[in-house]
Amino acid sequence: MIHVTYIDSKGTTRTVEAQEGSTVMETALRNSVPEIEAECGGACACATCHVYVAPEWSGIVGGPSQMEEDMLDFAFEVRPTSRLSCQIKVTPALDGLVVNTPAKQG
Amino acid sequence: MTEIIKTDALIVGAGPIGLFAVFELGLLDIKAQLVDILPKPGGQCAELYPEKPIYDIPGFPIITGQGIVDNLIKQIAPFGPRFHYNEMVEGLEILGTPEHPAFCVRTDADKVFEAKVVIVAAGGGSFQPKKPPIAGIDAYEGRSVFYAVRRIEPFRGKRVLIVGGGDSALDWVLNLHPVADRVTLLHRRDAFRAAPHSVNAMRALVADKKMDFVLGQVTGLKGEGGQLTAASVRGEDASVFDIACDTMLPFFGLTMKLGPIAGWGLNLHENLVPVDTEKFESNVPGIFAIGDINTYPGKLKLILSGFHEAALAAQKAFHYVYPDKKLLFQYTTSSTSLQKKLGVS
Repeated sequence: MIHVTYIDSKGTTRTVEAQEGSTVMETALRNSVPEIEAECGGACACATCHVYVAPEWSGIVGGPSQMEEDMLDFAFEVRPTSRLSCQIKVTPALDGLVVNTPAKQG
Repeated sequence: MTEIIKTDALIVGAGPIGLFAVFELGLLDIKAQLVDILPKPGGQCAELYPEKPIYDIPGFPIITGQGIVDNLIKQIAPFGPRFHYNEMVEGLEILGTPEHPAFCVRTDADKVFEAKVVIVAAGGGSFQPKKPPIAGIDAYEGRSVFYAVRRIEPFRGKRVLIVGGGDSALDWVLNLHPVADRVTLLHRRDAFRAAPHSVNAMRALVADKKMDFVLGQVTGLKGEGGQLTAASVRGEDASVFDIACDTMLPFFGLTMKLGPIAGWGLNLHENLVPVDTEKFESNVPGIFAIGDINTYPGKLKLILSGFHEAALAAQKAFHYVYPDKKLLFQYTTSSTSLQKKLGVS
């Protein structure tokens, strides 16, 4: 079983089960995790599923693709570990992944 | 006096479902006009993913967002729909009775429509500019912080701070730089998601010291009584500094908000309009909701579902528009009367 932990902007922690092959965005929506909007439904076209990958996970998750980096221009308060969660695929290697969600997406 | 535009059906939203509704209504001799806040048809398909392939449109193994919009525009052309772009519907007044409904709808451009039926095909809501989460920004909005430029003249002689790295940001850098006292472009990285010729033109201006480009993100605003004097910025190296400015234009793209429809007296469930699955009508007789904006048991937010919903809503709309006529179900393959409407017989 793969688990992903979301920490919201107020500090509340939610750990949920994630299915291999789904995305960190889909996992959030499926489990009613707040602060992830995903207006475009996962097309890397809206920047409303912005997350901050916990620094210790950043190297394992990796950085954004060129297209994703472009879309991050439309997110707020972008940091070095910013990613769009629709572009992070859940794999066994990400079991235990921790991401923080920003206070405002859109 | 404002001219009143009379129409059988007013369609709110010119996305794929609103466009296809024109077709289904048109086959039943119901004339339609469409209002959309975007400057073009297609809604999310055209605004969010024009080049992305869609694989689940029946009969099209693969088609792009823009491709399906272009096809729909061609498909509905015989019915001569009228489009009202860059406008958002605001107030709705119920004029008729539940048996014989009629509505008066006003837009933010002060256009007034009188329609027998209203079809809400507004998807995720209206596209509106994203507002950055900067403390106290509300106090400046409309006075010295703007999310769109309607007229260039008010920026004459001003120190203008433009924030963002997309086409809107670059376009306004180039358009305002001739009239502004000084234009500063602030962006989080030295790369842009904009037309290369705009980026080159901007870089040339910076090289000629005719404008400034700064790397960083806005963290706060300084000013008084809604008048901006400076923006606090966190630079690339985490240094914090101020950029003096009179006006700020943040361009962070668009987001979808339900908007004034929320005040129309429709039942809402989590910003969606509950409808029945026979007529796709809201709790207000004569107001229909089709596509992503509606909800019902088993609802799937798919374009193909919206097409089906448009066809069924049109059937009920016919009875409101032509209360004394009998509706005859016909196929476009065999009905000469339908083919005449389509201009193919």
